[in-house]
Amino acid sequence: MVATHTGRRAAPDDVLDLALRMVRGQAEALYLARDAALTRFAGSRIHQNVSEHDASLRVRVLEGGRTGVASTNRLDDQGIAEVVARATELCHRAAPNPDPTPLAAADAGAGDSELGFVAATALAEPERRAEGARAVIAAARADDLVASGAFSTDASTIAIANTNGLRSCHRSTEAKLLTVMTGVDGASGYAQAIGPDVAGIDAAAVGAEAADKAARSAGATDLEPGAYDVILEEYAVQTILEYLSFAGFSALAVEEGRSFMDLGNRVMGDNVSLWDDGTDATGLASTCDFEGVAKQRVDLVTDGVATAVVHDSATALRAGVASTGHALPAPNTFGPMAWNLFMAPGSGSKEAMLSSIERGIWVTRFHYVNIVHPRRAVLTGMTKDGTFLIENGRIVRPIRNLRFTEEIPAAFSRIEAITAQTKLVGAEYSGINARVPALRIGRFAFTGATAAESGA
Amino acid sequence: MNDLIDLALDAAQSAGAQYADIRISERETESLTVKNGALEATSSNLSTGFGVRVLVDGAWGFAGSAVMTAPEVERVTREAVEIARASGLAAGDPVQLDDTPPQVARYATPVQEDPFAVSIDDKLAILFEADAAMAGVSGITVREGSIEGARERKTFASSEGARIEQELTEAGAGIEATAVNESESQVRSWPNSAGGQHVTGGFEAVRAMDLPGNGQRIAEEAVALLTAQECPSGPMTLVIDSSQMALQVHESCGHPIELDRVLGMEASFAGTSFLTLDKLDTLRYGSEIVNIDADATAPGGLGTFGFDDEGVPAQNVPIVSGGRFVGYLTSRETAPIIGRRSMGSSRASGWNVIPLIRMTNVNLRPGEAGTLDDLIADTDDGLFVSTNRSWSIDDRRLNFQFGTQIGWRIRNGQLAEMIRNPTYTGITPEFWGSCDAIGSEAAWRLWGVPNCGKGEPMQTHRVGHGAAPARFRNVQVGVGQW
Repeated sequence: MVATHTGRRAAPDDVLDLALRMVRGQAEALYLARDAALTRFAGSRIHQNVSEHDASLRVRVLEGGRTGVASTNRLDDQGIAEVVARATELCHRAAPNPDPTPLAAADAGAGDSELGFVAATALAEPERRAEGARAVIAAARADDLVASGAFSTDASTIAIANTNGLRSCHRSTEAKLLTVMTGVDGASGYAQAIGPDVAGIDAAAVGAEAADKAARSAGATDLEPGAYDVILEEYAVQTILEYLSFAGFSALAVEEGRSFMDLGNRVMGDNVSLWDDGTDATGLASTCDFEGVAKQRVDLVTDGVATAVVHDSATALRAGVASTGHALPAPNTFGPMAWNLFMAPGSGSKEAMLSSIERGIWVTRFHYVNIVHPRRAVLTGMTKDGTFLIENGRIVRPIRNLRFTEEIPAAFSRIEAITAQTKLVGAEYSGINARVPALRIGRFAFTGATAAESGA
Repeated sequence: MNDLIDLALDAAQSAGAQYADIRISERETESLTVKNGALEATSSNLSTGFGVRVLVDGAWGFAGSAVMTAPEVERVTREAVEIARASGLAAGDPVQLDDTPPQVARYATPVQEDPFAVSIDDKLAILFEADAAMAGVSGITVREGSIEGARERKTFASSEGARIEQELTEAGAGIEATAVNESESQVRSWPNSAGGQHVTGGFEAVRAMDLPGNGQRIAEEAVALLTAQECPSGPMTLVIDSSQMALQVHESCGHPIELDRVLGMEASFAGTSFLTLDKLDTLRYGSEIVNIDADATAPGGLGTFGFDDEGVPAQNVPIVSGGRFVGYLTSRETAPIIGRRSMGSSRASGWNVIPLIRMTNVNLRPGEAGTLDDLIADTDDGLFVSTNRSWSIDDRRLNFQFGTQIGWRIRNGQLAEMIRNPTYTGITPEFWGSCDAIGSEAAWRLWGVPNCGKGEPMQTHRVGHGAAPARFRNVQVGVGQW
């Protein structure tokens, strides 16, 4: 058995207390610890299998408008003394900022929380992940497919204290299993499961979902790009919300005029409601931000109207409001970030959506999405791992991957149906997870296709 | 440190590992950011730790820890071995490493002016002067500039006898001006977007960027973009500047030549590659003037080092020669599969992760088309685009779409009206096949890309790309209606 590493470290309280005792004046101490393990498979075999144990301390010192930030992962007494000295030195040598980011008030803290912490996940052994990988690989082999993927189990601690008396600590876990299965004639399918409890990861179900999708996607043919009605599965919807968050759910983005969020006005259809809530355990909980401020639910878009954006202490001070608990680690010029997203369900089902489409496209997920124009929230990306042509209410054939280039607020004004069921989906590149329904959207803009002769 | 190394290697072999290596790394960074005339951020970061990688019965295991003590080294080594045994529950053919001879050596980045020895006051003077230059332009809403320095000291040792010590030093800087109006938000950067330009080397590189001297110009361009014409739509002759060419190489050549990606090892993350093994030495990747190499020895590149993280010496190898695809980026595990020895591109972003095949400096070699001005003068009708704004490519690295910060129409060999929101799209071999001019050596520049993501858990790494401006015919520009 591989023992959890957490117990071998200095306790977060001890690290934070020692750091703050060493500072003369105002300061904030942020402790981050992570015990992460990941078993990766490709070509239906485990090819990478890793584990890491790290903990770090980040100290922000403030004095007369000057700020210095230093971090270290050396957490013995000497390491802590050195990082405090470095932060203090940087503070003293820095030029004063007339608008420095203030320390959060004591009553803004979140206290201690283990919302979303499951001991079984923190203690998961490599054999548990290997068994999960084997189950997925077995599902692939049963359909003459090849499985690739990753099964990860992480335990994290974030603890913050400052000289105002604030103290917050949140321990959480995350288990995630994903797979891409491929086969002859371009077959490709995807599935993912994520949650705080490793026991909730049904590897066989993940394997079966991906295998079914891959088997049905073999023999894809071309489809002319253009505007099509689409069904976006939950994986695709999460990716869109992830990039909307990058583009404009932050108060700083609004402040600087680079967000599509026109507060108080309609930005999407009246059937769209989006919010961020780190305290909702049906997502992946995070109860405080990196300044220690307790996370608040923020209703971003309500019935299509842009109602609010997320704040950290700096943007909140300038806006004359309270921080919503969405700060990133200091020093941060990017602004606050919404990373626990939810989209309101509707009353539909994927089956009903499918039967209602005369001609359209079924999209399993998107690949390599990026922001073409942040102010208008124009995104581009490719479809991947299961793209199908719909005719007369049924899937008639798989099609080669298409590129979309779409102004998302406009597209979200053309949502024609929303499923009643939602799914928690983890991000591919970032920590922005989302619980989302599947969507039917009218006239979604596909602007390119992978060439037939390329064999993709 | 030697005691810890010996302890790990002995413990691994005692526990049954046929091969083991250990990397001990200390990476320190320092950064300053000035935003809208104020010092917005100063930070100093230090991360130290070790990672032990083992092969047990032909399967990999890896574990890493930040606690640098003998008991922890023993515990982590045991954990790596146990993980490797778990890998055996679903192992394929045993991993076979190539026969690279173990090296005992040292390497350090050549540095003229240590970025950590330059005072904060000196760095701030540059940033504040550049900020003032941007602030003097009416209509600028956000001004930002940053300077960064990094140093990594790392030791690699293997059970085969390798013992390598390296000290890599990096420096980087950039400025950015944003202008907004009722419907538009436009950004201009110098010398590049995504934080500017980054090199291995010293602070002399930052001084050479002349941030203050370019502040006013980029600010004026950002304001002018608000009312510039939208990008036309349709097939057009496209001239691409050196920095955007770097990212074009990165996405459409650098990633698809990673042999682990070709072999499917990245299939579940960012995808595979169209450059399958049957394409090696046979595929026409581009026109005859296209020559690309992977050069880990190029002075100043972010992908420049003495040895990779498997102990393989830095090398310069051809990737595309006369338009023909001839080489991959490889590791000690993958190179034997194509009958070669590793060319040394296995790199880890830190002590806590395993080395993966990463780009070194994947460079488009210079052509004979002269300067950027010469290229434009030689183009009757087209579009010139500069400085990356967005990027996207499909999961086999074929269908790409890029956006740049700025463009100009080319009419009768001269730059004409400014173009905003330029985009272009294409299919990789068709695009490179349409390349009919590449700038000469004098127009060639080696760019740093500090944010290349790969692997699970994802590693963000630092790579380089050299390029001169280049011209492509019949490229689809102005993608989508928005």
